[in-house]
Amino acid sequence: MKRAHKFDVLVVGAGGAGLMAARYAAQHPGVSVAVISKLYPTRSHTGAAQGGVGAALGNVSEDHPEWHAFDTIKGGDYLTDQDVAERFAVEVIEAVYELEHMGLPFNRTPEGKIAQRKFGGHTREFGKSAVERACYAADRTGHMILQTLYQQSIKDQVNFFNEFHVLDLILEDGACLGVVAYELATGALHTFHAKATIIATGGNGRMFKVTSNAHALTGDLMSIAYRRGLPIEDPEFYQFHPTGLYKLGVLLTEGARGEGAILRNGDGERFMERYAPTIKDLAPRDMVSRAMYLEVREGRGAGPDKDYIHLDLTHIDAHVIETRLPDITEFSRIYLGVDPVKELVPIQPTAHYAMGGIPTTIDTNVISDGRNTIVPGLYAAGEVACASIHGANRLGTNSLGDLIVFGRRAGIEAARFAAGETHRDLPDGAQDRARELVEGVRKGPRKERVAHLRRQLQETMQDHASVFRTEAFLRKQVGILQELQERYRGVGVEDGGHQYNTELIEAIELGFLLDNAEQLVHAALNRTESRGAHSREDHQERDDANWLKHTLVYKDEDGVRIDYKPVTLGKYEPKPRTY
Amino acid sequence: MQINVKVKRFNPEADRRPYWAEYTLEARGSDRVLDVINHLKWEVDGSLAFRRSCAHGICGSDAMLINGVNRLACKVLVKDLGERITIEPIRGLPVLKDLIVDMEPFFDAYKAVLPFFINDDPPPPAERHQSPEDRAIFDETTKCILCAACTTSCPVFWTNGRYLGPAAIVNAHRFIFDSRDQGAAERLGVLNQANGLWRCRTAYNCTEACPRDIPITRAIEEVKRALLWRGA
Repeated sequence: MKRAHKFDVLVVGAGGAGLMAARYAAQHPGVSVAVISKLYPTRSHTGAAQGGVGAALGNVSEDHPEWHAFDTIKGGDYLTDQDVAERFAVEVIEAVYELEHMGLPFNRTPEGKIAQRKFGGHTREFGKSAVERACYAADRTGHMILQTLYQQSIKDQVNFFNEFHVLDLILEDGACLGVVAYELATGALHTFHAKATIIATGGNGRMFKVTSNAHALTGDLMSIAYRRGLPIEDPEFYQFHPTGLYKLGVLLTEGARGEGAILRNGDGERFMERYAPTIKDLAPRDMVSRAMYLEVREGRGAGPDKDYIHLDLTHIDAHVIETRLPDITEFSRIYLGVDPVKELVPIQPTAHYAMGGIPTTIDTNVISDGRNTIVPGLYAAGEVACASIHGANRLGTNSLGDLIVFGRRAGIEAARFAAGETHRDLPDGAQDRARELVEGVRKGPRKERVAHLRRQLQETMQDHASVFRTEAFLRKQVGILQELQERYRGVGVEDGGHQYNTELIEAIELGFLLDNAEQLVHAALNRTESRGAHSREDHQERDDANWLKHTLVYKDEDGVRIDYKPVTLGKYEPKPRTY
Repeated sequence: MQINVKVKRFNPEADRRPYWAEYTLEARGSDRVLDVINHLKWEVDGSLAFRRSCAHGICGSDAMLINGVNRLACKVLVKDLGERITIEPIRGLPVLKDLIVDMEPFFDAYKAVLPFFINDDPPPPAERHQSPEDRAIFDETTKCILCAACTTSCPVFWTNGRYLGPAAIVNAHRFIFDSRDQGAAERLGVLNQANGLWRCRTAYNCTEACPRDIPITRAIEEVKRALLWRGA
């Protein structure tokens, strides 16, 4: 196989955002497109999304994009850029219809329309009561989106490079000219020369101990961009989903609560009535996770160690559970031996979603500073990106919406840009940094085991930087991360081979994760307020006077540098966030 | 508890043929087999190669032959297997390294059945309608995660690698029985060829292997009947 490739548009990542981007880029006449993924496309974590995609179709009850935009902004604790949310709420309706036109098998209403159900934080008339907005395909909506988009990519004859790990962005004079990737099958480095590169590589949840995220979600491109001097926006806002299976973190969809499931503490009390009297169990995820944490801390947890909460589905009709929530029912039966039809399911908050990421404009152009300076030829969409639609806390279902709306936008914008450009010459030594990275690990001293460092990273991040944070714990974590970075230089690999050297890849991915943790912890320490998913026990109030602004974290020679970017406000004035 | 794990290993850069490696380790009954092989990789031998990602039965990366049955390593627990566990690569696809097989022939068969929605009518401004009853007809076959557990459990596939195999037929079924789709005749034409549908001998292995509990044999029979009734 040749090792130098040239395309007009290159997409990195083959989940919902990447495949949507590839599809739209390929529709531009004369534009060549390729998709690089470190997995086979159908293994992407979009496939694990369960509950639905929020769009104001109004198929079950009255709904409007204005209501959806408002919920998204309020759910984001007013850190959401309001122009982005408004456009999102409109375009997600078109995007959902397009998915249906591509054959996506949504559940149906009796009239044959796309079925919709309730989800956390989605309301009618600006917060009056919960509204059916989540368009769903049982509890495998993400699976159906991923399958449908992959099917379309076969129809469209998209070029795929599967099991290629991107290790570097080629940046020259402030513009992106492509990527360097490691081919897992052979160990060879490949250069992908492109006019436009779209980053769509998903999240970084593997920095935490209990997570819903796949092993592959190690924040590779967030680290690579950061090492290349680009900023990361709002990394301190990390979402913990309330209903992860106890100790495992496997996700149980919020759609369960949308279908009527209730959270109960160890006393059997429906405690969410005390925290969110209007929408109770369907409050946004940050609030529910905090409430669960407080219940446990105050001694009202369930189980022998009183360290978890129960999800109660036992009052829901068994047929509804089996037909609308079959996968989560099976997860509970297999992994915990608990039958949700008859028994309470032990759950705990699980690290789930990065609201922050590589900063972009509303049109998905990657930006390099707080003045919206565009990096020519570089785009980002989906969880890896920060537009910012989710602000300080993402609403359930808005991740799938984000993928299809901004994936599509990235494909269109990148193709339009590429059509008017020529390939600029690659710099000499374009592969040097990637080669150094690989050889550094391959020839490493093997004094440290990757698994041990990774476990320590995950446990300490969980203890010091998860649902609740304090200055003392964050400072401690800064020190721990410095020590882990130091010890990381001591890793190496036993496998000296070139073919399918997954040990080498795990070692490189740990390096990426350490950078992601550094971004998060420094930004969290710096932000002395509580907003959305960032909850500081030593600064419990939201502080709009000082902190209604986005964080930008940079890596420079002296260490970590923090800058800011204004929030785009609009018609919705920041108000106290109650539900 | 202490368990004994045998893994069929093969490193193309060092070994002339596959061999069995044996490991003894501590595990809990609630551990997934994926946890066990992760432990081996992380603590015992870093070179052990396998695919994995989601770790809860959704991504389809880690189909393996475990105690003689095709399963996802992340969806079977130690307590359901006992103290002796044998792990081999899934059969019928070329082994590339340890538990990693070449998935390209599998995906080629999948692509052959036109596994995408075909409807050339201009779409309406909103969704195409479909009744809940029509939607239910192909519900089971939408669950496929393309893990290859079914196809690589099929004795016909083991002897004839060109047989399209159960996974491809399942994905053809998903579209043939979708009331919105117009490509059934074309797909049935593909399945009517020499290495298509009629190779199925109803061994039922595929149905037993499916980690998503898709009634695969039934789906194959439904496609056979569609071919007889509708013709191709």
